[in-house]
Amino acid sequence: MSLHKVVANAEEAIKGIQSGQTLLLGGFGLCGIPENCIAALVKKGVDQLTCISNNAGVDDFGIGLLLQTKQVKKMIASYVGENDEFERQLLSGELEVELIPQGTLATRCMAAGYGMPAIYTPAGVGTEVADGKEVRNFNGKDYLLEYAFDADYAIVKAWKGDTKGNLIFKDTARNFNPLMAMAGKITIAEVEHLVEAGSLDPNDIHTPGIYVNYIFQGEAYEKRIEKRTVRN
Amino acid sequence: MALTKEQIAKRIAQELQDGFYVNLGIGIPTLVANYIPEGIEVELQSENGLLGMGPFPIAGEEDADLINAGKQTITTLAGSVFFDSAMSFGMIRAGKVDLTVLGAMEVADNGDIANWKVPGKMVKGMGGAMDLVASAKNIIVAMQHTDKAGNSKLLKSCSLPITGRACVKKIVSDLGVFDITENGFICIEHAPGVSIEEIKAKTAGQLSIHPSIKEMNV
Repeated sequence: MSLHKVVANAEEAIKGIQSGQTLLLGGFGLCGIPENCIAALVKKGVDQLTCISNNAGVDDFGIGLLLQTKQVKKMIASYVGENDEFERQLLSGELEVELIPQGTLATRCMAAGYGMPAIYTPAGVGTEVADGKEVRNFNGKDYLLEYAFDADYAIVKAWKGDTKGNLIFKDTARNFNPLMAMAGKITIAEVEHLVEAGSLDPNDIHTPGIYVNYIFQGEAYEKRIEKRTVRN
Repeated sequence: MALTKEQIAKRIAQELQDGFYVNLGIGIPTLVANYIPEGIEVELQSENGLLGMGPFPIAGEEDADLINAGKQTITTLAGSVFFDSAMSFGMIRAGKVDLTVLGAMEVADNGDIANWKVPGKMVKGMGGAMDLVASAKNIIVAMQHTDKAGNSKLLKSCSLPITGRACVKKIVSDLGVFDITENGFICIEHAPGVSIEEIKAKTAGQLSIHPSIKEMNV
């Protein structure tokens, strides 16, 4: 793993990504998504992608942009509402979809990042999620065997990062980002603020830079709010 | 009269105990936060990575980085903490959350729940619901008793793909409160103005009426 991680922009960070590869994409809804890299993937035009992300964006933002351009072959997610194009492609059979429990999604990332091949979880026991999976009983309760993700790239978004690739996430924009950062064979981090190594307090860092291959400061963050809700 | 969504939420809030960590699902369960009884302190867990969820922000103070599991903008409270999604489901799986309140499309009289998929019609996904129902110690379902066509949603067995087996302990519907036991649904409270005959007519699963049934206080 190289110590030299800083690249100029999203185009440079994603230049190794090829059609047919598997990508982990951080974020929950539109919160904490790698906006710059998604835009760069649309521009690059790689297709037949397998995207693993909690959600599939909305029609005109997030992973929804990659669906509009039909760059996604398969989507692995836990919740995919709020996206008409996604639903159309799913019902017409154009898009392959695997829906998995949210905690299972998180833990399969965690396992990959911790170098473990699989985990056992009770989520989905007795449901169609369990079809074809090994069930094992521990202390009187059934659990499903779920494998660690094997993804070519992880693409995450952090609030702050330094030139050594250390990352800090903000509020609930943390979500899947630190887990996916650990889980990719190659990890790309886009950050709102890129600072020199040494200017972040080591106590505050969520993701050690050893997990990050490429880092850049993103630009023009829209940070769209999906469901703006205020007090009466 | 059948209860409003707010009244269902108000009744569920009576189940809260001082010191509880609580996960509230999307829809009616979210409204429970508006009716936390006086003198009781609970902490709300949002599975996207927050303990100590506060109310919606005042206009102008919305923050795109601070949302709940329903993707609504929210706030934090003194003592709030953020964490990643694996830790969030870790605390759920490890049984640290005292009470989970969920919506449902169907519940069976053995506690099976279906709330994530209508084949051929609606495919939104299970989100965190399968993890929650597989591990939560205490699950209360907030739901309408019947669908729009008047068919019972409290069934002998679920017709939709299930989210979890034999996990629901209690239902608060617009008609009453039901414990789920080895003997099916036990109606322990009825909504004001709703008769036992109406509850019986609108419940498809095995139902018995508790001998000391009360009127709901909502």
